[in-house]
Amino acid sequence: MSMTDVIIAGIGQTPVGEHWEVSLRSLAVKVMRSAIQDAGGLHPQALYVGNILAAALSRQAQLGTLLADFGGLRFDDKEHRAGIEAETIEAGGASGGAALRQGYLAVLSGYVDVALVVGVEKFTDMLGPDVEAAIATATDSDFEAVQGLTPTAQAALLARRYMHEFNVPADGLAGFPLTAHANAAGNKNAMYRKAITLEAYQKAEVVSDPLNMFDVAPNADGAAALVLTRRELLLKDFSHPLVRIAASASASDTLGLHNRLDPLWFAAVQVSVEQVLRKAGVEREQMDLFEYHDAYSIYAALCLEAAGFAPAGQGWKLAAHGSIALTGQIPCATLGGSKGRGNPGGATGVYQAVEAAVQLQGRAGSNQIPGAKLALIQCLGGPASTAVTHLLERISD
Amino acid sequence: MTTPLSSSTTLLKPSRPVGIIGYGAYVPRYRLPAKEVARIWSGGKTSGLPIKEKAVPGLDEDVVSMSLEAVRNAMQRAGIDPAEIRAVWIGSESHPYAVKPTSTIVAEAIGATPHVQAADMEFACKAGTEAMVMAMGLVGSGMARYAIAAGLDTAQGKPGDALEYTAAAGGAAFVIGPAEESLATLNASYSFVTDTPDFWRREYQKYPEHGQRFTGEPAYFKHTSEAGKAMLEASGTTAKDYEWAVFHQPNTKFPQRVASLLGFTPEQTAPGLLSPVIGNTYAGAAIIGLTAILDVAKPGDRILMVSFGSGAGSDAFDITVTDKLPERRDKAPSTQEYIARRTEIDYATYARLRGKIAMK
Repeated sequence: MSMTDVIIAGIGQTPVGEHWEVSLRSLAVKVMRSAIQDAGGLHPQALYVGNILAAALSRQAQLGTLLADFGGLRFDDKEHRAGIEAETIEAGGASGGAALRQGYLAVLSGYVDVALVVGVEKFTDMLGPDVEAAIATATDSDFEAVQGLTPTAQAALLARRYMHEFNVPADGLAGFPLTAHANAAGNKNAMYRKAITLEAYQKAEVVSDPLNMFDVAPNADGAAALVLTRRELLLKDFSHPLVRIAASASASDTLGLHNRLDPLWFAAVQVSVEQVLRKAGVEREQMDLFEYHDAYSIYAALCLEAAGFAPAGQGWKLAAHGSIALTGQIPCATLGGSKGRGNPGGATGVYQAVEAAVQLQGRAGSNQIPGAKLALIQCLGGPASTAVTHLLERISD
Repeated sequence: MTTPLSSSTTLLKPSRPVGIIGYGAYVPRYRLPAKEVARIWSGGKTSGLPIKEKAVPGLDEDVVSMSLEAVRNAMQRAGIDPAEIRAVWIGSESHPYAVKPTSTIVAEAIGATPHVQAADMEFACKAGTEAMVMAMGLVGSGMARYAIAAGLDTAQGKPGDALEYTAAAGGAAFVIGPAEESLATLNASYSFVTDTPDFWRREYQKYPEHGQRFTGEPAYFKHTSEAGKAMLEASGTTAKDYEWAVFHQPNTKFPQRVASLLGFTPEQTAPGLLSPVIGNTYAGAAIIGLTAILDVAKPGDRILMVSFGSGAGSDAFDITVTDKLPERRDKAPSTQEYIARRTEIDYATYARLRGKIAMK
């Protein structure tokens, strides 16, 4: 560790759900204020916003400036000149992780002393077909969306292939939503605070064969925020255990699924995980938890495999055998993941960072992983067309 | 957002006591099972259907003919001279004419014209209870001795839409008059209304649109529970003070859940919960439930009714049955008799009856 450690100085999050009566800006501003307050009032010099759909669903671009403005952050000094840097980062479902990475790089480099990262998504401003069409813009639109392929159909195709290739039983992916829901029960910010049974999974209505309702994380509104700064800039009375971002990596793959040699191997996941482990000088086996990308249960399985926690075709067994439970070898979705907490689109990566920080700071209550020190977090754009991976580490008690 | 409630400022209470003199229901005979809709549109799924079946109007039935049936039943029970009626108000979102009242036809047919008010109400599914509140006012102020309030619909659901399972036909009518002549007194009403766009149909559109899940929490549950709570609070009552309760019933689950939220038991809502077997009769849904309760209630029984109309609002009513109910009850067919009069149809027949097949 060094004085240039980038520390998570403050966190904020809103419960994920259907916030019909709250606008995108109100959702975001609320968590921005919570994070700044949690950081003891540090004033950000830069704001990075993770979001996918605001332009399509809320008819709003320039979220960076909007949120800096309405968050009361426009001024970067006492002379009240306009100033703070504020931008939106878009990388599909990996937008939140990508925004976090921008904040990390800015603070690490010294160009920015305090960065505020906010992930926000507002689905409920529009209905059904409009939302589906907007979400499908994250595919290779000219080749995929134009054929009517939605991200859910894409995941279903992968799940069908996975089951065929590796002889996975029809309920083989059940362990992922079962774990997610069991963990979400202990998270007051989760959308579904209720465990589910295997029987409920087996009886659930099909969404896109072979994926059923429990294989597909519910898209929902949410916002989460983080304040990042260098260790020496923390306020003197900073009281939380120190959690640093030990490493950050982002990798891309083909945008269209059809251009992959092996669609069941998430190469961007592998590359970005290997990079963060190498940069931080730690082993995969040292991870105390893994917040993977479970927008679809099949993606959780493929993440575990490409990240090296299971051989190809065996990831589902980790879930089926309890290895990803809170008490398992590699606890995953420890506060519910996207399936249990809810899938807040471009805010997902920021929620993951907030949740990992909660675990590493020992603030996870009944979901606490005892003595958690290292957390791997990863969000994906599409079927790992983008993979953004961070390694978070507790460096003090 | 809201100021504290006091019964003197929020409850709608007439200057002189009013009540229901006569009531009547109508349900057309055709039934389309929900599984038949699922067979066509949802791969034949049999679980998770919102109701068992819904009532469908015949080829020659509309809100005029159905209103007339319900109003005649109400008049049978009321046993009054139609010339004494000073208003005929009919709530619906499926009036046959865009311009020309349903209510004039009904008023003329029962012999209430020409010394009469006549108007059609529209407030999605609570147009019927709007008419009831207006009738309470007209009679309660002393401007009239009797007024008729009715709510009926031949609801249309877009083919394949979630609402096609439930959009049904039927409704009820009431003769409102002085409390001393009534079979049930209307002690007070309370209305909770906001601008909440959960369901709508613009001019020249054939089928309504809805806000999907937005129709639940922010619309139905917020308005019905707020109206119910306010009525209980302002009346100084709890669910235990009522023998019966009925809520707007767009499906089976919604009314069950709001009833439970307000502390009512399944036994209290059972007689009025008709949506499982007739569907959502829109402007008729809450009030036809009330007629089924009146069919079984005893003198002294207290009833809570809460309607809901998209757009959105709820009217709550505190009602007490009098000793005149038993002698009038059997003067017209009971609501359950209409429900038992049942001819099952398939989707093709339904498509024909509801004009879903383009003929030109």
